[in-house]
Amino acid sequence: MSTESAATGPLAVSRPHRPGTRSRRVQRIVREVCFYLAVLIVILIALFPFYWILRTSLLSDQAVGQGVGGPNGIIPAHLTGSAYSEDFNQQGFLTPLINSAIVAGLTTLITIVVATLAGYALARMPIRGAGAILAFILVAGFFPVLAMVGPLFLVLRNLGFLDSIWPLIIVYLVYTLPIATYLLRNFFMQIPADLEEAALVDGATRLVALRRVVVPVAIPGVFTAGIIAFILAWNDFAFAVSFLETPSHFTAPLAIVNLGQSQFQVFYNRIDAAVVIITIPVALLVLFAQRRIVAGLTAGSFR
Amino acid sequence: MATEAPPALRFGGRHGRPPVSGRVRADRRLGYLMLAPAIVLLLAVTAYPLVYNLWNSFHAENLSEITGQGGWVGVDNYTRMFRSSEWLHALWRTLAFAGVSVAIETVLALGLALMLHRRFRGRGLLRVAVLIPWAVPTVVSATLWKTMFDQRSGFVDYIFGLHTTWLSGIWTSWTAIFVADAWKNIPFIALILLSGLQVIPTEIYEAARIDGASWWQTFRRLTLPLLKPALAVALIFRLLSGLLIFDVVYIMTGGGPGLSTETLSFLNWQTFLVDTDFGYGGAISVMLVVLCLLAAGIVGWLMRTRDLR
Repeated sequence: MSTESAATGPLAVSRPHRPGTRSRRVQRIVREVCFYLAVLIVILIALFPFYWILRTSLLSDQAVGQGVGGPNGIIPAHLTGSAYSEDFNQQGFLTPLINSAIVAGLTTLITIVVATLAGYALARMPIRGAGAILAFILVAGFFPVLAMVGPLFLVLRNLGFLDSIWPLIIVYLVYTLPIATYLLRNFFMQIPADLEEAALVDGATRLVALRRVVVPVAIPGVFTAGIIAFILAWNDFAFAVSFLETPSHFTAPLAIVNLGQSQFQVFYNRIDAAVVIITIPVALLVLFAQRRIVAGLTAGSFR
Repeated sequence: MATEAPPALRFGGRHGRPPVSGRVRADRRLGYLMLAPAIVLLLAVTAYPLVYNLWNSFHAENLSEITGQGGWVGVDNYTRMFRSSEWLHALWRTLAFAGVSVAIETVLALGLALMLHRRFRGRGLLRVAVLIPWAVPTVVSATLWKTMFDQRSGFVDYIFGLHTTWLSGIWTSWTAIFVADAWKNIPFIALILLSGLQVIPTEIYEAARIDGASWWQTFRRLTLPLLKPALAVALIFRLLSGLLIFDVVYIMTGGGPGLSTETLSFLNWQTFLVDTDFGYGGAISVMLVVLCLLAAGIVGWLMRTRDLR
């Protein structure tokens, strides 16, 4: 209100005529209602498909065969966990889950160490061509994945590493390293340099200062980079589908795609049960770290 | 002044150009050592395959043929590609999909970013709700929308009372692919744009409001121009991921019906892993990289700003 009365100065000359306060209030309420309605629609579009997946995963094979409608409407009459036990007991979905956890976990670990070192060097060390190096690291993140698949397939074949999850740990670094390095570099730039300089004056070496002084302060940044790296490594499909052959070596995303095949009828309840399971860790990460993830993805980009 | 400061305070070269002391030199060497693992690993998974592809593209490298393995064939693979109607169609489809999806998704993402930028009760819920589609694997978004569009198990036909078998028609297949792609990608683009919105000083809006500018005028004259750097990043990101679309196509349609949803990445995958033709596949890969560079270059040039830091 005070700003509005201030507007009766010379600046207000060009101001168009406004309707009275009452209709303005009505206008504002209408605008608020529209805004919240839009928010509600966005949330529905984002989350309703997950509800539908959960709903479908809890149907029996028979109910899926009958199709949507009747007792199998938006809220089905009968729910069962048979699709989940089918996935775990008959289809052996636990093995791909463990494979995925191993690969994503180790990729995250390597990413954190390598990206912390590189991010710190880019932010603090007197390096020539730091801008060009950062540019290369970022461009590498945009490299066409399918253009890597062919040559890497040949390399792995020659080394006898095809159909194994271990090379994926290195290959997935192309997803995780660019963004993690960039994020940690921005993070280190925001930490005042005084702390480590004091440590250096006191005679500590760079690496000791990094380990004892900088890393403890940088834990939130490292944590954020780790979460994002885990999500990205957990999500790969293109490399897994190109390099893995034996079902027991599959990662979880690849196993899901193969769950639906080899059957006359598509059992969406089984596929969707696997989809629910693979979504849970990601959803939990987002739920507990949403502030961090948003801050990490947006921090320092345009500052 | 810099020369009088104790050596330890002078590292970093931020205060002009101090004479290179032993400390700076040691720090520089350590800096390169710290960067080495990241650079070596990234070169190994990007530059090395690129060079290998280039090499293969000038050779006959078909694993299923016993004769003529590894022989030099000149530009044969490239002429074959440029004359192949399958490649040309895949190129056209990919460009059309990337163009359309970039336009629609960026506009929607801008709306979402403006929404996320506002302070209101329930913002946390909105953030979680849109972050989850971004965070789930593409396999999930593709499988999920495949279920949604399925005539017997999905809700699209059920709720709208349709009887469409979405994944057996050309345009309906593309619609399904677009929806799955947009649902997953819009949140991330919105986040990029949000980070651009967050650095626009609020005083500018205050001044515009006092001057009696309408919402649209403010948006058109202030927000959009100031958002240009963020928009450029978002457009490049979106355009590249559109040009490289693979997972969704593989899972939802497998390139079908017929070849009607076969994109460049999918064709490339087929050439490598089904036909095991690494020479021809190499040529397609090289063109894919060139296409990405061109796209990024064009967007960067169109969106150039003088005051980009």
